[in-house]
Amino acid sequence: MKSDFRARAHPAYWAFVVHRASGVLLALFLPLHFWALGQALSGEEKLESFLRWSDQPLVKFAETALVLLLAAHMTGGLRLLALEFLAWRDWQLSLLAAAAGVSIVAGLAFLLNVV
Amino acid sequence: MSSRKLSIRAQVLLWTAQRASAAVLAVCVIVHLITIIYAVRNGLSAAEILGRTRGNVAWAAFYALFVAAVVVHAPIGLRNILSETFGWRGAGCDIAVMAIALTLAMWGFRAVFAVFL
Repeated sequence: MKSDFRARAHPAYWAFVVHRASGVLLALFLPLHFWALGQALSGEEKLESFLRWSDQPLVKFAETALVLLLAAHMTGGLRLLALEFLAWRDWQLSLLAAAAGVSIVAGLAFLLNVV
Repeated sequence: MSSRKLSIRAQVLLWTAQRASAAVLAVCVIVHLITIIYAVRNGLSAAEILGRTRGNVAWAAFYALFVAAVVVHAPIGLRNILSETFGWRGAGCDIAVMAIALTLAMWGFRAVFAVFL
């Protein structure tokens, strides 16, 4: 069955898109994250010089986006687990709103602390 | 259509592994988010990070579990996207996904080791 435009207008479709897009972006980021932490193998100074590089405003902005993506993927995933295992289908929109709200709070908390 | 389809049993296994790893990751991500939001409040330094993680078996075990759950979760999710969104199925796709899993495992456990040493 082919989905029509009405399915794509539903907030759950956008939750699906956000979950998949954030998952791909996080998977792409992970090797870089692991590489950065691996700098510690060459000594504390190497890790420190990478962290000083990451003080740039643009990097902090990217980090905030990553925190937002991580929170959105986690809350969106909890929403899916609740739908599949707890059958909370009447709560669809409430779960969506909670997922979005918690993600934004996590992103803002990081941003306020990092700047 | 691929020449090789996964058995129903294998598909159920992947579905279950994806959900089980998601449940573990939910806890790991909550702990990780709280830790990073707390850790960046006065700026990050290598001394601060390594002071927390070096020789700390509890943090090493936590991050090893985190990496293990990622190694299960991310490749299965990517496999779903590759097959459902991009129509890539079959042995080629499965080999690529296995390569991603191995790379994540290698680099992930290396990172845990690097901050524990």
